[in-house]
Amino acid sequence: MPVYFLEIIVVALGLVMLMIDAFVKLEDKRSIAWLGMIGLAVVFGLLFAVKWPESTDGVFWQFYESGDSFSLYFKGIAIVATFLVLLMATIYTPIVVAQTARPEKDAHPQSGLGEFFALPMFACAGLMWMASANNLVSIFVSLETVTISFYIMVAYLRRNVGSLEAGVKYLILGALSTAFLVYGFAWLFGITGTMQLDGIKEALTSSDVNVTAALFAFALILVSLAFKVGGAPFHFWIPDVYQGAPTPITAFLSVGSKAAGFLVLLRLISPFLASDALVGKVTVVLGAIAFLTLLIGNLAALPQKNFKRLLAYSSVAHAGFLLMALACTPRASETAAGTSPAQVIAFYLGAYLLMTLLAFLVVTVIRSQMVSEEVDAFRGLAKRSPFLSLALLFAMASLAGIPLTAGFVGKFLVFKLAIEQEQWFLLVVGLIGAAAGFYYYLKIAASMYLATPAKDASTEPLQATMLTKTIMVILMVAIIVAGIAPNVIMGLFS
Amino acid sequence: MLEIIVFLPILAALAIGLGAPARFTALGAAVITLILSLVAAIQFESNVEGMFQMGSDRPLLVMDGFPTLSLSFGVDGISLVLLLLSTLVLVAAVLVSPQESEIKGSSKLYYSSLLLIGGGAIGAFLSTDLFFLYAFHELALIPTFLMIGIFGKGEDRVKTAWTITIYLGVGSLILLVGLIMAVVGLGGTTFQIAELIAIAEDPESGIAAGDQTWIYLLLLIGFGILVSLFPFHSWAAPAYSQAPTPVAMLHAGVLKKFGLYGLIRIALPILPAGAESLANVVLILLLGNIIYLGLVTIAQKSLDRMLGYSSVMHMGYVFLGIVAANSIGVSGAVLLMFAHGVSIALLFALCGWMRDHFGTVKFEELGGIASKLPKLGLLFGFAAFAAAGLPGFANFAAEVAVFFGAFSGMGDQLGWIQWTTIIALWGVVISAVYMLRAYRNLFMGPVAPKMEIPTDLSWSTRLPLLLLLAALVAVGFVPELLNQFIRPGVDGLLPAVAG
Repeated sequence: MPVYFLEIIVVALGLVMLMIDAFVKLEDKRSIAWLGMIGLAVVFGLLFAVKWPESTDGVFWQFYESGDSFSLYFKGIAIVATFLVLLMATIYTPIVVAQTARPEKDAHPQSGLGEFFALPMFACAGLMWMASANNLVSIFVSLETVTISFYIMVAYLRRNVGSLEAGVKYLILGALSTAFLVYGFAWLFGITGTMQLDGIKEALTSSDVNVTAALFAFALILVSLAFKVGGAPFHFWIPDVYQGAPTPITAFLSVGSKAAGFLVLLRLISPFLASDALVGKVTVVLGAIAFLTLLIGNLAALPQKNFKRLLAYSSVAHAGFLLMALACTPRASETAAGTSPAQVIAFYLGAYLLMTLLAFLVVTVIRSQMVSEEVDAFRGLAKRSPFLSLALLFAMASLAGIPLTAGFVGKFLVFKLAIEQEQWFLLVVGLIGAAAGFYYYLKIAASMYLATPAKDASTEPLQATMLTKTIMVILMVAIIVAGIAPNVIMGLFS
Repeated sequence: MLEIIVFLPILAALAIGLGAPARFTALGAAVITLILSLVAAIQFESNVEGMFQMGSDRPLLVMDGFPTLSLSFGVDGISLVLLLLSTLVLVAAVLVSPQESEIKGSSKLYYSSLLLIGGGAIGAFLSTDLFFLYAFHELALIPTFLMIGIFGKGEDRVKTAWTITIYLGVGSLILLVGLIMAVVGLGGTTFQIAELIAIAEDPESGIAAGDQTWIYLLLLIGFGILVSLFPFHSWAAPAYSQAPTPVAMLHAGVLKKFGLYGLIRIALPILPAGAESLANVVLILLLGNIIYLGLVTIAQKSLDRMLGYSSVMHMGYVFLGIVAANSIGVSGAVLLMFAHGVSIALLFALCGWMRDHFGTVKFEELGGIASKLPKLGLLFGFAAFAAAGLPGFANFAAEVAVFFGAFSGMGDQLGWIQWTTIIALWGVVISAVYMLRAYRNLFMGPVAPKMEIPTDLSWSTRLPLLLLLAALVAVGFVPELLNQFIRPGVDGLLPAVAG
C-alpha cells in the first residue's frame, strides 16, 4: 500500500465521524470515539505494510518524503498519541458535556461532543503528513492543519473561562509564530531559490552561501519552532494553555505538537548544521536556547501546585533536553563516531510519549471523578486507588529519569552526546535540571504515598474501565521494557 | 544462573504486587537466592583465565556509532563475596520484617520494596556492563523513598526520605557523568567493564593523566556520596535511624557497599593515575570519617543514631584499603565490606527489636537489660565486639589486612599514607569506646526505673541473627573462606593498578 494512503484513511475516518455525528442518531456519542480508535488501530497496523514507491518522478514526491523509516516512526507516534487522546476524551466526556452542551430542551444531551472526537483525527492526519513533508510548502500546510485543529480543541470548553482564555492566548501567539515561520521561509527561498529541503541543503553547504541572510532565515525559523516546542524564551504560553485546555487536549499538545515540532526542527535545521560556514553560529544559538529552556523549565516546575501546570513546565524542561541534544550536533567535517542527535531525539520523543501519556491518562481518570487538579488533591491516593497511584508512580519515575525506565535512557543518551561534544555548560545545567526533576516529580509520589488525605476527602476508590487499566498496564510495561532494552524503540527507525 | 539470582527477587516483588502472599513469597525468593549464590560460590573456580566467570550476555541496544548496551552478568572473586553478603543480609532482613498483619499500611508495598532494594544491589554487583551496573543500583532509590516515608519511625520521616532521595539522586547524577566521561575517554566503543579495563591498561589508548584526575574526582564525589564519605555523610545517620529496620540493614549493610565496589571495580583499574594524584585528598577525607565522625559517634545519645554514625565511620577504613591500592590493602577492604555489612545489619536488627519492644533506644531511658534478657544481651555483646574489631570476628581480620596493606608501601620514611594509618589506628580505640559505652549503658548497671520488660528473643527472632553472627565468626576464624575468592579477584584487577 502506498504510504500516503495512511493520511487519506485518517482524514476520511475523521470525515465519517463528523457525518455520523451529524446524521445518525446515537444514544451515546462516545461510540464515535470508539470508531475512531478502532480505525487508528487499523492504520497503525498498516504502518508495517507500507510500500515505498519505485519511481519518485511525479510532482507529488517533491512534497512528500519517499522512503524514510524516520517518517514512519513519527507517524506511529502521532497515531499512538491520537489513539490515547481519544481514549482520554471518552473518559473526559462528562466534563465536556457539562461545559458545552446546549441548554435547549430538544437538543441531544451530548450535543457538541462529536467534534471533540473528530478534531483530533484531523490533527493526527496533519501530524502524519508533517512527518513526511520534505518541502517548505508541505511543511507549512501540514503544520497549519495541526495548529488550526488545536486552536479549536484548546478552546473547546466554551462555558469555561480558563479554556477560552487558553484558546485566545494560543491563537494570538500561534498566529504570530506562524508569521515568523513564513517570513523565515521567504528568506530561505530567497537565498536558495528552492522549496525542496534537499535543494536547500545543497545551496547552504555550497561555498558561496550568503551567511548573513542564511542566519537571518535561521533566526526567524527558530523563533517560530521554539514557540511550537516550548523552548525558552518563547515558552510563556505553555503553562496557561496547558492548564486551561481540556486535559486530553493538553496531553495531545504536549506530545503530538512537540514531536511534530521537533521533527520539523530537525528537518529544517539539518541543512544549516550541514553547512560548515553556519554550523558554529547555529549551534551556539541552539545551545543558548537549550540552556535557558533547561534552566527555566526545571526551576519553574519546582514550586508548581497545579498538576497540569507542573506537567507544562516539565514539558518545557524536556524540550530543553531535546534542544540540548540538537545543540550537540557534531560538525559535518568531523568524522563523528558518536551517536547522531536525530536518533537520540527520536528515541527521547518515543519515551516521552509513553510516560507523558501515561501520566495524563491517570490524571484524566482522576479529574473525571474529582473536581481538583491540584497536587494536594492526590494526597493519600495510594490508599484509595493503589493501581492508579502505581501507574502514576511509574510515569513520574520515568519522567524523573530513574534508571531502568525509558526516561533514563533518553537522558543518558543526551548526556553522552553532550560529553562527546564537550558542551560543559549545557551538561552542568542539564544536571541541575535532572536533579530538580527528582524533586518535582517525586513530589507527586510523596503526595500520593506519604501524605495523609484531607479530612473531608472521600475514600471511595476511583473507577477506571478495564480498557483504561489494560492500556495503563501496557504503557507501564513499555516504559520498563524500553528502559531495559532500548532496542525495542531504536529498532523502529534505525 | 546469575540471571536467575538477579531477577528472582525482582520477579518475586512483581508477584507480590499481583497478589502473591507477601511474606511467604519474599522469604522464599530470598532463601532461594541465598542457596543459589552459595552454589555459585561452590562452582566458582579460582585461577581461571578472564575476569568474569559464569558470564551471560544479552545485547539490548545495538545501533550505529553507539556502543552496544547488553544485559550481561558475570562474577569474579570480589563480586562473589558481595553477592554472598547481599543474599545473606536479604534473608535476614526479610526474616526480621514484621508479620503482614503487624504492618501499618500495605504489606505488599513493604515486602516488594524490600525485594527491589535487595535485587537492585545484587544486580549491580553482578552486572559486567557499566550501564546496567549503574542502573541496577538506582532500582533501590524509589523503594527506599517510599519505605522511609511510609513505614519509617519518628515525626521527621518524610523529610528524611526526601533528604536521602535527593542526596543520593544528585550523587548518582554526578556519578553518571563521570562514568560516561570515562567511557568516552576510552574511545566510547564499549560498556563492558572487562573491555574497558583492557583498553585502559594499554598506555596508548588509556586516558591522559590530567583528564584522569578530573574524572576520578567526579567518580569520587559520586561514589563518595553513596558511601557517605566525609563531607558527604550527612544523609546517612538520620536515614538509618529512621528507616524501618530491614531497610536500614539492607542500606547500611549492602547498598552502601556499591559505592566502594564501584571504586574498586571501575575507578582504580581505569583511572590509576587519577587515583594516585588524588590519594592524599582521599586520605584527609577518610580521616574525617574515622576520627571526626568517630568522635561524633561517641557523642550520640541514642542507639539508632550511634549505629548510623558508626556505619559511616567504618567506611573510612575501607577507603584506606582502597587508597593503599595493593593486594593486601584492597583484599582487606573487600573483606571489611563483607564483615561490616554483616555486623551492621546484625546491630540494626537488634536495635530495631529493642525499639519495637522497649519503645525507645535512648541510652538514658534504658539500663541493665542483660540481667533481665540475657539472650539479647549476649547477642548484642557479640555484635558490638565484632563491630569494634575484636579478634575472632571477620571485622578484625579485615581491619588488620587494611592496616598492613596501607603500611606496606613504606620507603625509607613515613609517607602520607603511613601517617594516616597511624592516626586511623586510633579509630579502633574510638569504636571500642562507643561500642562498650553503649553496651554498658544499655545492658549493665541497675535496671532503668521506667523500663518495660518484654520477654526475651524468641527462636524465630534469633534465627536470622544467629545466621549473621555465624557468618561473622566463621569468617573471623577462617578468613580463607572468603579470601580464597577475594585474592585472585583483586590480583586480576591489580596489574592495572600497578601500571
